[in-house]
Amino acid sequence: MSETAQHAPGTTGGGGPSASRPPGAASMMSLAGRAIMRQREVAVFLVVVLLVIYFGLINSTGRATFFTRLDLVNLAQTAAPIMIIAYGEVLLLICGEIDLSVGFVYAFAPFMMHFFADYWSVPGALAIILAIVVVGGGVGWVNAFLTVTLRLPSFIATLGTGFVLAGIVLTVSHGEQSSISSSVAGVGQYLGTLGFSEIIWAVGLLVVFHVLLRGTRWGLHTIAVGGNLLGAREAGVNVARVKYGNFMITGVLGAFVGIQIAFQTNVIDTFSGGAAYQPMFYAVAAAVIGGTAMLGGTGTMIGAFLGSAVLAILTDGFEVIGVSAYPLEIFFGGAILVAMIANIQFARLRGSGRVK
Amino acid sequence: MTGTPEGTADVSPAPDVLRAEHVSKRYGAVTALTDINVHLGQGEVLGLLGDNGAGKSTFMKILCGFQPPDTGRIELFGETVSFRSPTHARSLGVDTVYQDLALVNQLSVYHNMFLNREKTTGPLLSNRAMRRLARQQLDEMGINIPSVEADVAALSGGQRQAIAIARCVYSNARVLLLDEPLAAMGAKEAAIILDLIRDLKNRGDVSVIIIAHNYGQALEICDRVNLLQHGEITFDKRCRDTSVEELNEIVMAEYRRALAERQRQR
Repeated sequence: MSETAQHAPGTTGGGGPSASRPPGAASMMSLAGRAIMRQREVAVFLVVVLLVIYFGLINSTGRATFFTRLDLVNLAQTAAPIMIIAYGEVLLLICGEIDLSVGFVYAFAPFMMHFFADYWSVPGALAIILAIVVVGGGVGWVNAFLTVTLRLPSFIATLGTGFVLAGIVLTVSHGEQSSISSSVAGVGQYLGTLGFSEIIWAVGLLVVFHVLLRGTRWGLHTIAVGGNLLGAREAGVNVARVKYGNFMITGVLGAFVGIQIAFQTNVIDTFSGGAAYQPMFYAVAAAVIGGTAMLGGTGTMIGAFLGSAVLAILTDGFEVIGVSAYPLEIFFGGAILVAMIANIQFARLRGSGRVK
Repeated sequence: MTGTPEGTADVSPAPDVLRAEHVSKRYGAVTALTDINVHLGQGEVLGLLGDNGAGKSTFMKILCGFQPPDTGRIELFGETVSFRSPTHARSLGVDTVYQDLALVNQLSVYHNMFLNREKTTGPLLSNRAMRRLARQQLDEMGINIPSVEADVAALSGGQRQAIAIARCVYSNARVLLLDEPLAAMGAKEAAIILDLIRDLKNRGDVSVIIIAHNYGQALEICDRVNLLQHGEITFDKRCRDTSVEELNEIVMAEYRRALAERQRQR
């Protein structure tokens, strides 16, 4: 982007400090600096590479097994659920909302699959599809109804629906785990039973959601709604439809991940005692680390993918090198704070015209 | 009914594209507009002047379809219309550039220009086509933007306003309502917009109503000005037949009357 963009055409007098810039190596450095600041994915990618090298080096000294197949499977299974939920949260965060209930959808959907398949004799594949699309989409619709139509802040609305869902799960399950019906297990292996099936889904969905966000009207309108709600409305964008859609997408992704986890662990868990919050918090953290602003209007799928990878590598890496899991969340918190500080400070620099 | 407004500009050279006849609007006990008559000729640039609270915004909201008048009618291209919404008004050729600007900072110039009118091939955006058409439209209108791929956030106030206007023109607006287009703009920025409006006037296919309270700028760019005072049009003259001094004098006279009124009541 050329410097003139900041000024009115023909602003010759008092061009300011930007008129002269040192050439050579310094400008190369600043160019790289600006690339990192503008493309947050580059910075997060560098963090991923550094983490892999770090844990890989420790591995090569023979103390651990970071690059063994078993651990790559573990890593993939840690990362994939965060990634898939994060895609939904990115869409919501971009259009100025958040979904705190997605982890409870994740707990709820497998139970519904269980009911569809075992009590209501729905054929296997259909039971899975109903649990993902109808249950996940339905919860998303309720969240959107509360947020868009009844105008609750989404933070509060989804906090409420999350609790309600947690209660429903405990009530219908009597607080007990359930086993997976044999009628759905055949399809299930493609969703989560095979070691790398989840990460393959996560990468495939990354492509789908990246294209959705960057290459379609839906993505453009999502950014417009979050960037300038009034402006988007004035341009005729159907703001309610965009928000309803993104809540429903997030619900569907939550249900999808919940069912994957059920197949992976071969049990339908109740995720009681707040355990269902974890995937949601990780997903939001991954989105933020990947450069999605909480203020709406900005965010990327690749950033969320890489942010999820950072969290997963930290989780597995510490486990592999045998460090206690207790301090792990200190690193998580630090990563989130550093990412957020970077977001806000870089945005300020951009705003003052010193970057770009 | 009030008397005929002061002035002699009742006859336009071209047929009117927009007429507001006997338009009134009340909000509860407050009368915002009283029997307003405004006409806009083909290719004309009309300045709508007035103090805060004179009724400019109310009138603008009626013209852009945001709210209906209590009484009176709006005629567009010779036919009576009742706008259901700004979107409806836009579909009939009346488009508005709001003070708060309907641009999305986080999107590029060309995505903003095509917001909600995107070019697509199948489900995907045709970014190349939109870039080309945006560039073409901006060049045609003489708007100087270094890159249509820049985020709007990186542009100046004048450039942003110019893009908002270009977007309306591109979507075939025939009547353009500009709400304080020069507010909070330095001279160089304002020059971009004044220049753009002058170009539109020369093209002649777009008619413009500008809401303004800077008389100097309005007289510089408009063909004709109407003055709104306490909900009535009190003045309607061609710009070449009036001056900043005359407009100031009329408004000052109103202040003096109001002041005298207060003192009488004491």
